[in-house]
Amino acid sequence: MSYITKPQAHHPSLKPNALGLTRRDYEGAITTLCAGCGHDSITAAFIQAFWELDMEPHTVAKLSGIGCSSKTPAYFLREAHGFNSVHGRMPAVATGAGAANSQLKLVGVSGDGDSLSIGLGQLCHAIRRNLNLLYVLENNGVYGLTKGQFSASADPGSLNKRGTANTMPAIDSVLLAINLGATFVARSFSGDKEQLVPLIKAGLMHKGFAFIDVISPCVTFNDHEGSTKSYAYTRRHQIEVVEADFVPGRREITVDYDPGSVKEVTLHNGDRIMLRKVAEDYDPLDRDQAYAYIRDRQKVGELATGLLYMSGMTSDMNDQLRTGDTPLTQVSHGDLCPGSAELEKLMSRYR
Amino acid sequence: MKSRINDFAFKIATANGTGSASANGLIMQAIFRMGIPVTGKNLFPSNIQGLPTWYEIRVSEAGYTARTPIFDLMVALNPATFDKDVAEVTSGGWLLYDSTWPLLEEKMRHDVTYIGVPMADLCNEAFDGVRNRILMKNIVYAGVLAALLGIDREELIKLTQEKFGKKPALLESNQQAIELGYQYTAQHYKCPLPIQLERRDATKDAILIDGNTAAGLGCLYAGATVGAWYPITPSTSLMEAFTAFCQKYRVDPETKANQFAILQAEDELAAIGMVIGASWAGARAFTPTSGPGISLMNEFLGLAYYAEVPAVLFNVQRTGPSTGMPTRTQQADLLLCAYASHGDTKHINLYPADPHEAFEMAVNAFDLAERFQTPVIVLSDLDIGMNDWMVPKLTWNDMYQPDRGKVLSAEELEAAERFSRYLDVDGDGIPYRSLPGVHPKGAYFTRGSGHNKFAKYTEDGDEYQEVLDRIARKVNSARAAIPAPFVKRREGARVGLISVGGCHGACTEALDILEADGLPVDYLRVKGFPFADEVREFLDSHDRTFVVEQNRDGQLRSLLILETEVDPARLHSIRSYAGFPMSAQPIVDGVLAKVQVPA
Repeated sequence: MSYITKPQAHHPSLKPNALGLTRRDYEGAITTLCAGCGHDSITAAFIQAFWELDMEPHTVAKLSGIGCSSKTPAYFLREAHGFNSVHGRMPAVATGAGAANSQLKLVGVSGDGDSLSIGLGQLCHAIRRNLNLLYVLENNGVYGLTKGQFSASADPGSLNKRGTANTMPAIDSVLLAINLGATFVARSFSGDKEQLVPLIKAGLMHKGFAFIDVISPCVTFNDHEGSTKSYAYTRRHQIEVVEADFVPGRREITVDYDPGSVKEVTLHNGDRIMLRKVAEDYDPLDRDQAYAYIRDRQKVGELATGLLYMSGMTSDMNDQLRTGDTPLTQVSHGDLCPGSAELEKLMSRYR
Repeated sequence: MKSRINDFAFKIATANGTGSASANGLIMQAIFRMGIPVTGKNLFPSNIQGLPTWYEIRVSEAGYTARTPIFDLMVALNPATFDKDVAEVTSGGWLLYDSTWPLLEEKMRHDVTYIGVPMADLCNEAFDGVRNRILMKNIVYAGVLAALLGIDREELIKLTQEKFGKKPALLESNQQAIELGYQYTAQHYKCPLPIQLERRDATKDAILIDGNTAAGLGCLYAGATVGAWYPITPSTSLMEAFTAFCQKYRVDPETKANQFAILQAEDELAAIGMVIGASWAGARAFTPTSGPGISLMNEFLGLAYYAEVPAVLFNVQRTGPSTGMPTRTQQADLLLCAYASHGDTKHINLYPADPHEAFEMAVNAFDLAERFQTPVIVLSDLDIGMNDWMVPKLTWNDMYQPDRGKVLSAEELEAAERFSRYLDVDGDGIPYRSLPGVHPKGAYFTRGSGHNKFAKYTEDGDEYQEVLDRIARKVNSARAAIPAPFVKRREGARVGLISVGGCHGACTEALDILEADGLPVDYLRVKGFPFADEVREFLDSHDRTFVVEQNRDGQLRSLLILETEVDPARLHSIRSYAGFPMSAQPIVDGVLAKVQVPA
């Protein structure tokens, strides 16, 4: 933990993006997490993704609940509003913000305690609404701030730091999300920035609920032998199933893909996501197959990663609410209030 | 017997789900259209079909709106409650029953006049189908009452035309049922009874409306765009009303886009979270709920208080604790709403007394929430929220400008040297806000964890305390901005009486009775919390003050003691908490038990 203020000096050799901003412009306060924490790598991936997308920082709203993961929105995009709400309730706050201002780019950061125990209900219902939100679950299988209790994502048989085995089944967030009809479901690893950055970019541009579960080891309480959420374990058991590339609509595709190995999904605004299958028999656009495949890999102890499931054009929460293109926050009171003459007319109904 | 004009009460006992509610509404509306002041109280069960339900109608030339427990006439149509209903008729009163089935002679009261009308037989002869016969029986008793009480039949006929004009078959059977009841009664009994109606002109500037509809309308006029809710009795009809008004007035005629968003949440925790998220993003947002919902919302209310996010809540109170009696009324959430959440908190509360105030206070609530950047809870109750009240027509001032509080625009942020979210720039305890998505200089981190005036995380005691103290100053200063209390002083009064919300009608009536008996009493009704300075002054100017409220523990009295430091010995409590709207007599009795009428 560090108490020094981070200098905002820019190195002249830092590369600017199309907005003329460097990665430094997408950073935030200095992290207060433990050295080596997986969450800090995810923060770095966020910074990289926003920078690569040429996104104006202040158009983003960062929301979180409570816990180590929920602190991280303070560590990126200092020029964006952040909201560290109450434990497990970030989805509700994001839902309200999204309903009020459909133009906000919403990013939610949560942890496995926040999402799968205290906030499980809210996560489920945000998925059902298809809220236009990128939801990143920083998953370490353990309660860090309260010093090492198992979380609901801890695998049965995995050991805590004192050597006690977890006896209950894990809630697998990816299977849960697919089951509930999430329209974009990915899994990644904080130690795999090459995979994670394109996933974040694709998730940010997806219209609807984009869910990314990122295995993010807790170096202090869950990185030991016997843990199934450690760096070593995750590296050994992770298999990439689908590699995602995000291609902005205006850009040409420059990568050579093997014919037949790529599925292309066009987003609402013309951007494309290229899904390159690493596992041969995998179809990331088939929900049932995706679910079955992930389960099959789990049975042999493997962790399927990548953009595991995606549906193309979807109707997000604001479409369902039919709120149109103008954010509700921009409608003037004059347009919202029917005025005295209408009220006078209406009164005859109550006579 | 001497006749009594426009001053009596009657009660209709039926079973829930049989269609009696629409007949009861019809009767009340017809009396209202005769220009006579009238009040209706619906006592209904937490049930969809079968359990007993009652509807009480009070006609009062003087315009008293409180419930009266004395019934001159009972319409006893529910066999399940028949004996109890008969026992409630005042001595010398009347009982209307369905004489299709005979009554046991030995069980009849001798001080009550029985009026039998074979309603089921009449319906069986005239109508086909079981459901239709049951429904029409209700309309038959409307016709019977028209004959017995002198309800203008033309008004009844006109109301059915307005209601069923587009359904000729229904219209015909309704009108036939009115005639059946009316003619049979007129032929067999001397009509009208000594209790009777006479046309007046006292309701032409009034409406009949329930508080939930009025509050929903207030939200519409205030410019609320986001409503989040979890359905709960007795608040449900507030959001239903808001939805219906939005569908009528808030669909953009060109784009067909909805200029509103209604979010049915998974629970009340989510509902208040959505309101906070929407308000944080700059919308006027609200949630209607009842006591159990407020209990669930406590944690988020603490966040909104501490992070200074506006939020508007309507607590349509029902009886507690726990599930309580969901369809009965009470004012037992006063303490809960004043200080909801763990930690040091205090919230702005508004207390409407009737639907007219529910409309006005809905608008006040949004202005106060945004001005003071804090939650505002409007506490009505089931009686105000779900019963039809006679109140002055609602009006709107087109000069109204919403008070959005200190929100910095993109231009203001651009021009500012630096923005600090929780800095007391103006010395009034209210800092400046910025909204997400507006300008990079407005960015800050909203949090419920310890923060300093620059919105930075802190564990420094002094920095933490500085913010907490400023928030206390800010919320306390709202006492000058909430609606001023209603005060009526009387010549020669030595004692005072304070009440809140829906007790108002019973209090004003009780104070008239006391004055007529020779005991003038000063009256104050609080309209909001934190209490205005007038409340303290009122307490100081009386040696003793009665506090009238609808809960077991004297919660308003406790609040007065806590907030004004008045000597508790000077506050006498009068409480009613069985779940029914308050009536005047217990207040009269309560005062007379402590104070002697001056000789």
